[in-house]
Amino acid sequence: MAAEIAFWVFAVVSVASALSVVLLRNVFRSALLLVLAFFAVAGVFITLGADFLAAVQVLIYVGAIGVLLLLGIMLTREVHRGSPASRWPIPALIGALALLGAMVWMIAKTAWPKISPPTPEPTTAALAQRLFNLDTGFVLPFEIASILLLAAIIGAIVLVRER
Amino acid sequence: MIGLEHYLILSAILFCIGLFGALAKANAIIVLMSIEIMLQGVNIALVAFSRFVAGGVVGQTFALFVMTVAAAEVAVGLAMIIAIYRFKETVDVGKIDEMKG
Repeated sequence: MAAEIAFWVFAVVSVASALSVVLLRNVFRSALLLVLAFFAVAGVFITLGADFLAAVQVLIYVGAIGVLLLLGIMLTREVHRGSPASRWPIPALIGALALLGAMVWMIAKTAWPKISPPTPEPTTAALAQRLFNLDTGFVLPFEIASILLLAAIIGAIVLVRER
Repeated sequence: MIGLEHYLILSAILFCIGLFGALAKANAIIVLMSIEIMLQGVNIALVAFSRFVAGGVVGQTFALFVMTVAAAEVAVGLAMIIAIYRFKETVDVGKIDEMKG
């Protein structure tokens, strides 16, 4: 019962704050509500039994990406212009609603091959085993992700360097 | 009882909110934020499948990789937006049309 209440609270908060991110006129408030949405999604991860992922979500999204986006907003000094709509907001709304309808219809119609969910237990050791096991793990994707991050850091520095 | 469908529909709603924001907003930083919302929806779907369909933690591993790529994407995206802002004094995606044929 408590898990159901937690799911509904986190789901409603995440959807409401995500909606306000795209609907509010004030860019700064949008960014702060995006941080709230990240927090709520971390809570959803906890209701799914993904404790490590929830912690990483708070660290990376709330701690790093949220601050980075706020910095970007301040650096571009576009706060006073608000968050205007693009040229075609109505077709965008229709397209998004059509996709949502199609996805909900498909989710409801598909007979998912469900298993009974196991009781939540700490996932950190299991994730490490899955990532770093030399035979069955994801060692090569992990290394590629490291190189991707390095390339992104260097690319960001090169892009914003004063010439 | 909260089941797989609840999580999938939550993930679909978040994805579509992000899609709407990415298409309907003119501020490039809001577009970037909307793309982050879309990735959040994808992550919820991955973790939900890993719990209710596959078992184990493979889905969570994929979600970790999605987070890594999202962090790299935000870093490069913001750098590009700031570079364009210096050059054009705007972050309106409708006015950045140098590559238009």
